[in-house]
Order: sequence, then C-alpha cells, then structure tokens
Amino acid sequence: MTTIVNNISFLEQIDQAQLPGERRIALERFHQLGGFPTVKTEDWKYTNVIPFLRNGISIDLPAAPAVTAAQLEATGLLLPDTYRLVLLNGVFQPQLSELPPASQVTVRKMSEATEEAAFKQYFNKSKRLDEYHFALLNTALFNDGIFIETKAKAQVEHPIHIIHLYHNTHNLLVQPRHLWVVQENASLHIIESAAGLNLGDTVFVNSVVEAVTAQRAQLSHYQVQTGGSQTRNINQTLVQQHGKSLYNNYTFTLSEADLVRNNLNVSLDDERTETHLYGFYIASGTQLIDNHTSIDHRMPNCESNELYRGVLMDKATGVFNGKIYVHEDAQKTNAFQQNNNLVISPEANIYTKPQLEIFADDVKCSHGTTIGQVSEDALFYLKARGIGDAQARSMLVKAFAFDITAQVKIPAVRKQVEQIATRYLAATVNN
Amino acid sequence: MLNIKNLHAAVEGNAILKGINLNVKAGEVHAIMGPNGSGKSSLASVLAGREAYEVTEGSVDFDGKNLLDMSPEVRAREGLFLAFQYPVEIPGVSNINFLKTAVNEIRAYHGQPPMPAKAFLDMLKAKQKLMEFDANLMNRSLNEGFSGGEKKRNDIFQMAMLEPKLAIMDETDSGLDIDALRVVSAGVNKLRSKDNAFIIITHYQRLLEYIVPDFVHVLYNGRIVKSGTKELALELEEKGYDWLKEDIRLEEPVQ
Repeated sequence: MTTIVNNISFLEQIDQAQLPGERRIALERFHQLGGFPTVKTEDWKYTNVIPFLRNGISIDLPAAPAVTAAQLEATGLLLPDTYRLVLLNGVFQPQLSELPPASQVTVRKMSEATEEAAFKQYFNKSKRLDEYHFALLNTALFNDGIFIETKAKAQVEHPIHIIHLYHNTHNLLVQPRHLWVVQENASLHIIESAAGLNLGDTVFVNSVVEAVTAQRAQLSHYQVQTGGSQTRNINQTLVQQHGKSLYNNYTFTLSEADLVRNNLNVSLDDERTETHLYGFYIASGTQLIDNHTSIDHRMPNCESNELYRGVLMDKATGVFNGKIYVHEDAQKTNAFQQNNNLVISPEANIYTKPQLEIFADDVKCSHGTTIGQVSEDALFYLKARGIGDAQARSMLVKAFAFDITAQVKIPAVRKQVEQIATRYLAATVNN
Repeated sequence: MLNIKNLHAAVEGNAILKGINLNVKAGEVHAIMGPNGSGKSSLASVLAGREAYEVTEGSVDFDGKNLLDMSPEVRAREGLFLAFQYPVEIPGVSNINFLKTAVNEIRAYHGQPPMPAKAFLDMLKAKQKLMEFDANLMNRSLNEGFSGGEKKRNDIFQMAMLEPKLAIMDETDSGLDIDALRVVSAGVNKLRSKDNAFIIITHYQRLLEYIVPDFVHVLYNGRIVKSGTKELALELEEKGYDWLKEDIRLEEPVQ
C-alpha cells in the first residue's frame, strides 16, 4: 500500500513494497505518523519544513566528483592532532581520511558493517526512533554513513574528526546514517563538521546518528554546524547510555543554513550515568534554528545537565524545547536544564519551552529559561571605560556565547568554534 | 577643569538635582558628603552620562568642552572616570581583554595607534604593583565572583591604567573593610598629581582621613548647601547632618 502524503513528489515515486524488511517497516511507520510533519504536529509547531521539500527535491545522488586535498583544506575546517574521516554525501572517502589504529577502533562504511556484531546489536534499536518522522524516513532510505566501534578499554589518543561534505547538481535530499559504539571502559572524542562543495542547488540533509556508550565508557561528541545558506539540516542524534557511562554533547549552530533542526535524544538505560548537553546557536537573516532535546531518566542515580544559549538577530527565529522525563524507577535523579536567549533585534523570535515530566518522587530537577537583551548596566560599565557602543555590545554578546565554548575540552575545537562565532557576530551583531 | 553651573536633573520626571554649582581645578580633591537621598550618586551618574538621568537645566564644562553633549564613552575618552558604587560583574569578558580594549579605544580617539602587546603588559605589571592588585584577578572574568573589596580595588586599578584627568569616586568606601579602605586610599593618593583632580563622594568622614580633600561640600536635597575645607568633614562627623537640615529649613520657605 502506498499512501500519498504531503504532496511531495519523490515520496510518491518510492515503491514501498520493494524495500527490504527494516526499511519497509520504517517507511510504513513514517506514513502512519502522517508523513512529513506539518505545523499541526506538536513538536513541529514553529518549524514548517514542507516548503523546503518541494521544488522537485530528489533523492537521486549525483555522480560524485573526486574531492581533492586542496578542496578539503579550503573548507578551513581541518583540525590538528585528529584522526580524520571524510564523507561525501554520506559516503566515506578513504583517500582523504586518516584512520585511528585498527587495534583500537573499527571504522567501516555503514553499507559494509552489517555483519559486525555491534551493528547487529545496536543498529536501528534506539528507543524513540519510531517517534521521529525524519529518522524513520532516514531508516527507510539512507544511502550510507560511517560505523565506528572502539574496542573495550581503548583510550583513543586523538579525537576522530568527521568532515561531512555535500555536493549536488540539483535540489537534493541526502540521508546519511551513522552508528557509533564506545565499548566498555573505552574513551572517545568525535567532532563533526560540515561544508558544501560546489553546490549547484539547495541541499537538504536528513542525518541520523545512533550512539551507544557501554558500561563505564566515555563519549564526547562535538557538532560544529557550519555551512552556507543553500543547506537545510535535520539532525537526529539518538544516544543510549549504559551504566556509569559518560556522554557529552556540544552542538554549535553557526551556519547560514535556512533551516536547522537538531533532535537530540539521550536514553539513560542503566544506573549512575552522567550526561552533559551544551548548545549554542546564532540565528540571523531569516534563519530558523530549532533545538529539540530529550533526556529519558529510566534508572536511578543518574545525572544530566543541559545548558543551551542562543543569539537571535534580524528576522531570525529560534526554537528550544527541552524535555526531561524522569521515569518511575529513576529515583535519586539529578537533572538540570537552562536555556538563555539574547534577542537583539525587535523582529527576531524565540520560542522556548522547558518540559519536565517527573514520575519518581525522590529527585532533584530544575529548569530555567531567560529571554532578554544585553544588560544595560553592563553596557554602561563598558562605555564608562571608553569602549564604544558597538564594541561594547559585541563584547557582551561574545561573553554570553563564550560561556558555552569555555566548556569545550579540546583547545583546537574551542579555538575554531570561537573564531567562527566571532566572524559571524562581527558580520551581523551591529548591522 | 570641571565647571558645573546651575545643574538640574531629573529621573522619570522627578527632580533630583536642583541647581548644583561646583568648580574643580587640576590638582584638587573635592569631597561631596550628605545624607542618604541627597543626590550625591545622582550627581556622579549625570556627570558620567547615565541615560536614565535627564538634564533639565544648567551646564557642565569639562576642559573647555560641553560635557553634557558627549556620550558616556566620549566622556571617558576625554578623561573622565567614574569609580562605581556597585561595579558590574560581566561573566565571559576577561579583565585583561576588557582593559586592553578600553586602553586602545581611548588611544584611537586621540589618534594614537594601539598599544603594542609588550608595552601593555609592562604597564599592566607596573600598575598592578603600584596598586597592590592581585595578578590572579587579571585573568578572571570582569568582577565575576569578586568580593566587594576586590571589585572596588579593580575599579581603582582600572583608574590607574586609564590615567583619567578627573576621577569621580562614588561611595568607593561603602562595603570596604579597614584594610581594603587603606589599600584603595593609598592607591588614590599615589595617583594624585597637579594635573588631575578627584571628586570623592562619601557618607563618612573615615575615607577622608586617608584621602585628605582640599574642599568639602555638603549636598542636601539636590543642592550644595555648605562648602568648606577638610574641617567641615570633622564637624559633620561630630554633629551629623541634622543641624544643617535645621539651618536650611530656617533659611528656606516651606516647599
């Protein structure tokens, strides 16, 4: 049965019956949810994706040109002291990559990882995956991506830097899919960056990462979201944490993309886990940047801490929704959440909604949201020392942002993010 | 250096300053005292250019220029410095970066190139030593988590770095213990010269034992009602402000 939904052409051309098992089930579920979400879907109330999916968007990947080292260098994204995995439209490019030692980490194309035990154990198993329209579509139609698995106890020396490159000749929907597993007592840092390469038209990226931290494993995950105005991004990150593991996520949205929607879901499946989610976004022009996060505290004695900050300028829109579910068994939960927004322009919008649902009785939870302008007292203090209005404002906005970047533990990443943010703010704050 | 004539100012339509006259020359230290709510801090705010205050009458001449025409940052660049009653905490702005920006914006205003990094650091070290300012505080965010005393000392340290012509100290002594008061006062005394001037706003005579003023003025109900030398401060300490209020009531018609 093929249901026609949303009136989006590429969907109508997919023969659902021809898809293999898991993919077909996912597409069926996608259709059950009503296809693409509209503004009538509660979680998509402020984020209308439909206009971005029209204009003959296609899922047919163009013939990929060979990417040169010079092109890679020119993205300005390269980081020192990292292993490097380069992907073009989701497909691994070994000639530009520098792998971590195979004794510590297994790296495969997703399309070549299906026989890995960890793949069989964890792929497409994330809780709540079947609640997300775009993640389901990704499961049904993803082309490729990167599988990473550390050995138990591996202390991987350098971070793995994944550089996602996108190229197209026509309006393209590209759907990469990744699975990362950090085994027991292992520790890993993953940094993601993105850039468009000779984009011939708009590119819509619908990406899914499933990540697993086994017992006492540690994963720090940095998403440095850059890219031009021709890109639209839906990123779904689904994390499962096992006992005593640590997951840190840093999401920096510093792109000019028209649309960015980050769905970040962390499921705390065993006791004594620790989770830190940090986010910073700058929106200018008519950009729409939407961060939806959820943390499921399913078991006792877990701690989560979330801090997101945003700067909204021009006619841009920001959305923040932070769900924290404390399930019945999750006694002694500590969960903290904070979202602060600086709304610089009278025409910018922010919709922010902390959402705590608590079913256990012995927990500590707090949340806070602020929406404001630059502090007049702070502004006057700086001016009273001779600092001009424009400079003072930009110092205060940077200070607001750099409180988050100060949490970054890898100096080169912090430096790069601060440079990108500084450039962005310099170009936009005092316009 | 500073010539205030018949200055009137209001906040949200309420008259706060009602005709201030004051003349400060280079090399002088003026103390302004007075009871709570007399307008002392308002005078400091008006001179520094706080937007909430509206000047309704009068003039202020600063070294031949109309001070009231200038934005707060231009006043600072022209050499006016306000030591705040409550210095602001600004997380995320490092003390050192803040000072470098301030120094260089002031230099740019006077047509000078930015100070070379080495020269800036040398100056920083020299002033830290002079002001007995804890070097560890330099690398922290501006005033963030500083004690009351550390914030005031930071303000005085900034004053040493920016070398203003006229410094207005707005109740710098409030919230200081005796040791901090001594350090802050010693700092101010080291900065005194024949070329600069100070206006010291205070409640108490105590500060004036350390920073000895040339003139003492009493502000009451938005006006300077009595001026004298440092002996006036002692008299106020002894008798309080009530006797002055009595005198004024006798002189003035009921409002």
